[in-house]
Amino acid sequence: MVDLLRFAAVGSVDDGKSTLIGRLLFDTRLLFDDQLEAVAEASRRRGVGTVDLSFVTDGLRAEREQGITIDVAYRYAATPTRKFVIADCPGHVQYTRNMATGASTADLALVVVDATVGLREQTRRHTCIASLLGVDQLLVCANKMDLTGWDPDAYARVADEMAVLAHRLGVASCTVVPVSALHGDNVVDRSDAAPWYEGPTVLEALEAAPAGRWAAAHGQHRGTGARLPVQWVLRHPGGGRSYAGMVNGGPLHRGDEVVVLPDGRRTTVSTIERFDGPLDVAPVGLSVSVRLADDLDVSRGDLIAAADEPPLVTSEFEATVCWFGERALRGGDRLRLKHTTRVTACRIGTVESVLDVNGLLLQPAVELADNEIGVVRLLTASPLALDSYRRDRITGSFVLVDEATNATVAAGMVGPPELVERSRSS
Amino acid sequence: MSTTHLYSPDVAEAPASSGPHVGRPETAVLDHLDLLESHAIFIMREVAAESERPVLLFSGGKDSAVLLHLALKAFRPAGLPFPILHVDTGHNFAEVLDYRDRTVEAIGERLLVARVQDSIDQGRVADPGPYAMRNRLQTTTLLDAIAEHGFDACFGGARRDEDKARAKERVLSFRDAFGQWDPKRQRPELWQLYQAGVRPGEHFRAFPLSDWTELDVWRYIEREGIELPSIYFAHRRPVVERDGMLLAISEWVQAGPQERVEETMVRFRTVGDATCTGAVRSTATTLGQIVDEVAVSRVSERGATRADDKFSETSMEDRKREGYF
Ligand SMILES: Nc1nc2c(ncn2[C@@H]2O[C@H](COP(=O)(O)OP(=O)(O)O)[C@@H](O)[C@H]2O)c(=O)[nH]1
Repeated sequence: MVDLLRFAAVGSVDDGKSTLIGRLLFDTRLLFDDQLEAVAEASRRRGVGTVDLSFVTDGLRAEREQGITIDVAYRYAATPTRKFVIADCPGHVQYTRNMATGASTADLALVVVDATVGLREQTRRHTCIASLLGVDQLLVCANKMDLTGWDPDAYARVADEMAVLAHRLGVASCTVVPVSALHGDNVVDRSDAAPWYEGPTVLEALEAAPAGRWAAAHGQHRGTGARLPVQWVLRHPGGGRSYAGMVNGGPLHRGDEVVVLPDGRRTTVSTIERFDGPLDVAPVGLSVSVRLADDLDVSRGDLIAAADEPPLVTSEFEATVCWFGERALRGGDRLRLKHTTRVTACRIGTVESVLDVNGLLLQPAVELADNEIGVVRLLTASPLALDSYRRDRITGSFVLVDEATNATVAAGMVGPPELVERSRSS
Repeated sequence: MSTTHLYSPDVAEAPASSGPHVGRPETAVLDHLDLLESHAIFIMREVAAESERPVLLFSGGKDSAVLLHLALKAFRPAGLPFPILHVDTGHNFAEVLDYRDRTVEAIGERLLVARVQDSIDQGRVADPGPYAMRNRLQTTTLLDAIAEHGFDACFGGARRDEDKARAKERVLSFRDAFGQWDPKRQRPELWQLYQAGVRPGEHFRAFPLSDWTELDVWRYIEREGIELPSIYFAHRRPVVERDGMLLAISEWVQAGPQERVEETMVRFRTVGDATCTGAVRSTATTLGQIVDEVAVSRVSERGATRADDKFSETSMEDRKREGYF
């Protein structure tokens, strides 16, 4: 069976992320000849002597002109047992929104660090955001080891700094690999240059990482009972209705006792269908439609949840918010909120604090500027069925939308950031 | 471990887990095709629910065949909550038109056809002459159809592995009132919270196959037994080699004085405007054989078969900015 691992490649600009991904695709022979030819041609035209593998992932004209990465580029790789979806995330601070887009669905973060420099502020920022977004596996590339003469101390410095950061963030696993993306050492092919290193290559680590579907329960995301946010009501020609959506939180079984939220009426699941036939059980991540034993008025935006482990229904809650708006977010602001399949008006009660990503501490604040992360209290016009983000990345997440422009201006996670609780108590 | 990491088709698929039944039935394990399918269906339902007037773009090619198959899975037993739109370049392979009409009729859904020829006749675009490729002209025809019907969401079969510009595009790709894509102002797209809010005149392109590769598409077609136009399978046909591509001889493509017509076994990896869609030499007559060929191919789908993308390193980005698919 072929499974699916989604990972986000992050790190500070110029540390070699694009080169590393190019190398990964090149050495696994996943680049096509005509793509390589285009990269070679682009390298020649820009006066780069050899083939510059970073051109493989830099796709947009503005990016090539400025030599930086603005937006997430998605790349695909596969081995006989695993398909990889790679989100190559931009390094600059002003594109944090795009980095968050890439990390929100990742199972693992591949963090590229320039070993001649060590962790930069942006490396810490990205690692912190990835961890806040629930990514609990870090694969760190101590890159440009060739420039250090493959000095084990340079590797150890990156490994030590990263271990401290991972511990404070509460990340479950952190592997650090000494690599040279430029020359291809320890990316796919094991290097002779670092006999002192006994761990996996980058590809070996990627193949070994648990491919918990990003939305499934794993690691710090302990999972909830079954949840089915209703996307669409299917009217059957012969009469009757079924409710279509994707299962999350935990598997949904035929016969399960469920509660329809936010109203709270109880019923049981009478059938689960997956277009070509009925199922006894639907695993997390599957799009299905269900029929309920009782004739209830269920519509899009409702949540069908395991009756014994329901989420909390509330219209006032605390959340961790990454703010992407051009102007600052303040108490009293009115926005549109989308949570699962439900859209409602909302108001910011108060902005409580802003996260200092270097100290990993919350500082009291009254507003959040563009690209800042903080804790806010929200009030919604209609009640929502919420889990904490820590337990469920689907029922614990939401976005905020500007009413006038329809722009998505914030990513929200229900509850305070876990890392801050840790550093407060330690 | 250098060249062994190609996704090879001969790797046996393990059966889905069937562990011991302890009271309740065991949860099936989803493989990558299950997950891609499930996610695509999720996207289609979200967009259909959040937009006022969605439409599904259907070219008769393999990606749109998969898209239509997924739409049926998302909405059957009810009817599709959107019509199907073909932007017809007028440079068609007869097999594809035949396939289009049979397919739409078999499922009993509504087909709209927007013709590039009409845009030319109405003077909406300059007439490039009968033999010129019409891929770029499709943009005007498509945008006019969107305006005429008031569509605010168009499902397309584009994949991110096709091109450098597509690799950066969101699943829901916002287009302004002029149909343009602005790569610097894409909306953040977090988790599965697809947000399809638009103002009048603006619209979305929705790409449920974003994370699929060419090989995923072929393996899925094989698994699901999806019917395709016959030109996807190896067949004997007269072709001419031009700019490194094999073009089928047709009403619009004739061999020049220096060119030699060759009759050989070919198949198409994509279908589009017949003047610029190349064939590849192949003996693959079954889906299994095609999957085998695609798995070891050294040339990308576009590199092999689309003359319109060969002109510049950024041609797809330029066309997308203008409002292309
Ligand atoms: N010496 C050396 N240079 C590298 C290595 N990896 C990347 N570089 C160079 O570092 C620069 C930035 O790399 P790039 O991949 O564009 O960085 P990004 O901004 O993180 O994507 C380029 O000039 C690369 O050639 C490496 O392993 N060794």
